[in-house]
Amino acid sequence: MSASLATVSYIGAIILFILSLGGLSNPESSRRGNLYGMIGMTIAVLATVFGPRVTAAALPWIVVAMVAGGSVGLYAARRVQMTQMPELVALMHSLVGLAAMLVGFANYIDPMAALNLSAAEKAIHEIEIYVGILIGAVTFAGSLIAFGKLSAKIGGKPLLLPGRHLMNLAGLLVVIAFGWQFMHAESVSAGMIALSVMTVIALLFGVHMVMAIGGADMPVVVSMLNSYSGWAAAATGFMLNNDLLIVVGALVGSSGAILSYIMCRAMNRNFISVIAGGFGTGAGKPAKKADGDAVPAGEVVPVSAIETAELLKDAKSVIIVPGYGMAVAQAQHTVNEITKLLRERGVNVRFGIHPVAGRMPGHMNVLLAEARVPYDIVMEMDELNADFPDTDVCMVIGANDIVNPAAQEDPDSPIAGMPVLEVWRAKTSIVMKRSMATGYAGVDNPLFYKENNRMLFGDAKKMLEEVLAALKA
Amino acid sequence: MRIGIPAETYAGEKRVATVPEIAEKLIKLGFSVAVESGAGDGANFSDDAYRTAGAQIVEGAARLWAQSDIVFKVTVPTRAEVELMPDGITLIGFIWPAQNTELMQQLAGKRATVLAIDALPRQLSRAQKMDALTSQAGVAGYRAVIEAANVFGRFFNGQITAAGKVPPAKVFIAGAGVAGLAAIGTAAGLGAIVRANDTRAEVADQVKSLGGDFVKVEYEEEGGGGGGYAKVMSEGFQLAQREMYARQAREVDIIITTALIPGRPAPRLITAEMVQSMRPGSVIVDMAAERGGNCELTEPGQVVVKHGVTIVGYTDLNSRLARQSSTLYATNLFRLTEELCKTKDGVIHVNMEDDAIRGLTVIKDGEITWPAPALKLPAAKPAIAKPVAAPASHGGGGAPAPAGKTAILFGAAALLFLLIGAFAPAAFLGHFTVFVLACFVGYMVVWNVTPALHTPLMSVTNAISSIIAIGALVQIAPPLVTGLDRPDGWILALAVGGVALTAVNMFGGFAVTRRMLAMFRK
Repeated sequence: MSASLATVSYIGAIILFILSLGGLSNPESSRRGNLYGMIGMTIAVLATVFGPRVTAAALPWIVVAMVAGGSVGLYAARRVQMTQMPELVALMHSLVGLAAMLVGFANYIDPMAALNLSAAEKAIHEIEIYVGILIGAVTFAGSLIAFGKLSAKIGGKPLLLPGRHLMNLAGLLVVIAFGWQFMHAESVSAGMIALSVMTVIALLFGVHMVMAIGGADMPVVVSMLNSYSGWAAAATGFMLNNDLLIVVGALVGSSGAILSYIMCRAMNRNFISVIAGGFGTGAGKPAKKADGDAVPAGEVVPVSAIETAELLKDAKSVIIVPGYGMAVAQAQHTVNEITKLLRERGVNVRFGIHPVAGRMPGHMNVLLAEARVPYDIVMEMDELNADFPDTDVCMVIGANDIVNPAAQEDPDSPIAGMPVLEVWRAKTSIVMKRSMATGYAGVDNPLFYKENNRMLFGDAKKMLEEVLAALKA
Repeated sequence: MRIGIPAETYAGEKRVATVPEIAEKLIKLGFSVAVESGAGDGANFSDDAYRTAGAQIVEGAARLWAQSDIVFKVTVPTRAEVELMPDGITLIGFIWPAQNTELMQQLAGKRATVLAIDALPRQLSRAQKMDALTSQAGVAGYRAVIEAANVFGRFFNGQITAAGKVPPAKVFIAGAGVAGLAAIGTAAGLGAIVRANDTRAEVADQVKSLGGDFVKVEYEEEGGGGGGYAKVMSEGFQLAQREMYARQAREVDIIITTALIPGRPAPRLITAEMVQSMRPGSVIVDMAAERGGNCELTEPGQVVVKHGVTIVGYTDLNSRLARQSSTLYATNLFRLTEELCKTKDGVIHVNMEDDAIRGLTVIKDGEITWPAPALKLPAAKPAIAKPVAAPASHGGGGAPAPAGKTAILFGAAALLFLLIGAFAPAAFLGHFTVFVLACFVGYMVVWNVTPALHTPLMSVTNAISSIIAIGALVQIAPPLVTGLDRPDGWILALAVGGVALTAVNMFGGFAVTRRMLAMFRK
């Protein structure tokens, strides 16, 4: 295959990738979008393999590597539980980061890459290698830690080292200093030292950055790492003078950046403060505990599963607000059973999804889809918030901060101004929780003390099964 | 607080200050609403309709006034009504403080707070939703055309029928304010040929946009008197204007006059001779009849035929469309109430710092505060203090950023581009172009992704980012260049590792996305 033919194939692949992302704008076209992505990838890989830059000697290696990696990937894709999606995605981000690092190193030691380059071009090429490996390493380490946190192999609490901002700053300065050395290295082996030191610092930085971020900020972290993996691919593209990589990297990078932005907005926080880690005050302490007088007035009214079923039976319109608790308890299937039963009885059941519910963007939607809840009754926060006053019963399953009225009512609250689902405006709200513990933000939730609120304590799945049994009876 | 709606006492007045639909909204704001029995009869709103909306029906004006904290009225209160007022009440309605100085004194004596809807600073674009003068004038302009059509002996639109050709009616509208523009739109809608004139030349475009022709007076003078009103014009201009009117009178079938100058009798535009020159069967509707009329022969409140021309001088055009007028008026007052009660707790707060409220308030707690100091910005002013609504959806790229921020951003970008342009070699710039454009494409495409599909989006972008495999593929065994010392073993190991890792993503990512998407169903 000639070089021109390969380039044309790349353009075709680029178009298919753009169509692929565009296809995800609604569930109808999304399947086709995914198909476009697969075709695009196939074209890109085949055009490369049979293109002018790969000789026949490489074929056996490529086949072996592809089959090995591909089978692992397919196996993982088949076996993964939908509740584990965030972990899988984080792990995959780390692979992209690692691959970018490997390609960067290989490119640096390859004398062919810098052949026939002018001085300025060589300098730029070296910057590209340096930056490419840097982003790859941060992505790799950060994603691995995110994976650890999401799969609860590492504690979800933010790790806040003293002087962590200074440490990051120092790391950055060292990286720049070694970058200077790297640019002026006389031999490959001399440059290698600078490159290795930078890689270690970047890895540490990636670890440190994600360690400092708490569990509920994970949607931002996951989408940020998504963005980084794209930038890593784009940097590799610059390094290899390959427009296909640049375009795809930029697509993925901006997609991740947009997701991060949407997540940050949904928490009413800015990106920097999330990345800087911790929650609440600049001192990095967890939000101050209730100062005695801040305890909301009122009484907590517990109900039983049977009473909950009675309330649901009498309701005409029900909104269910799921949170991370539903995912942990694997309760989505029971939720669907209840939904089906209620809908058969003519109850208008809808789901209200907060943008940051769960541990990654769109997490709740995937879980509900897995449980076969029709997507047209799954609403976004903005679509639903006006309807709460006309709702008879609102069930909150394992969510806390995203339904906290303090965000609107108490200007001093650490979550003040965060958009929340206004469940307290429903005629009755039922909160399913294991205990009265506070949510991630560490703020008490006045919702629990409202007159029209009921608490259903216990494991979400077990309780919902009891509710379902009572509904059927 | 309790809002009282008395029945209007002015003879022939059929409007009512709130309608059931709006009463319901007022109740939602936290007020209670009491309506005098029969208040809505003239506008076809029964007591029962108000009751259904949640309002209370009170027998007799005396009881209603006594029980109310706030009273909404349409017309200027009569002496009898003022006497019914309890001390310290808040009154909202038409007052015309300039013409009714005696009334102002009486109201002040009652220590009332009075908001004159006619004193609204109409220049504020924020005030438009409360502008009752505009809403009522619009209704009146429509009705004027209907009244004209009623007494006019022919079709408005031209027709060619089996029975012969019918020429379209020619309508001339004097004064293109709100009422005039409404009349232009209505008459044009009925198919007439519409011409209009106004001393303010800037309204020509509005006249045209409604389907009318703007007739100019051949004389150079600017007639805007501030606040959207006209002013008194010079002698020379008036002469030229009279000539133009005389010419129009000879040509057209219907004249509708709407010319008013604040605080003065209506200007005499149509003389007896002009009426005489009109064709028999022609119609004049004088919307300024209440203030003396734009036509010499107008008799306020009457329909008269002079020289074969029917002259309609109704002063109650709004009451002749009472249901519509009332609904619009009620909405204006509701918007005002919203401004007064931002906390939605049923208590009003007359904030004298607010330009619109300051202008409206002619008496505050018994102290006359009229006229309000002039606004700092009398000309057209962009919406002030409009709450910047957070972009409700994710579909449009959000609200535009503040200008300052945008400028800094653009400046920084320009600087960056300058640096790159100055130092980077040409080969790099080609890739850079592609990169920047691709970022924008990504941004445009991804904004449309529905939030429900954020997880599949991430897994599909993940799969796509395994495109890095290309980088590894070309490193495994490229066509060799002789004479180079290439560490083949190392590169091969790194590259094969890279391909294997990305293959996990490539296959795993697409497969898991496929699995997820298959689950989404209706």
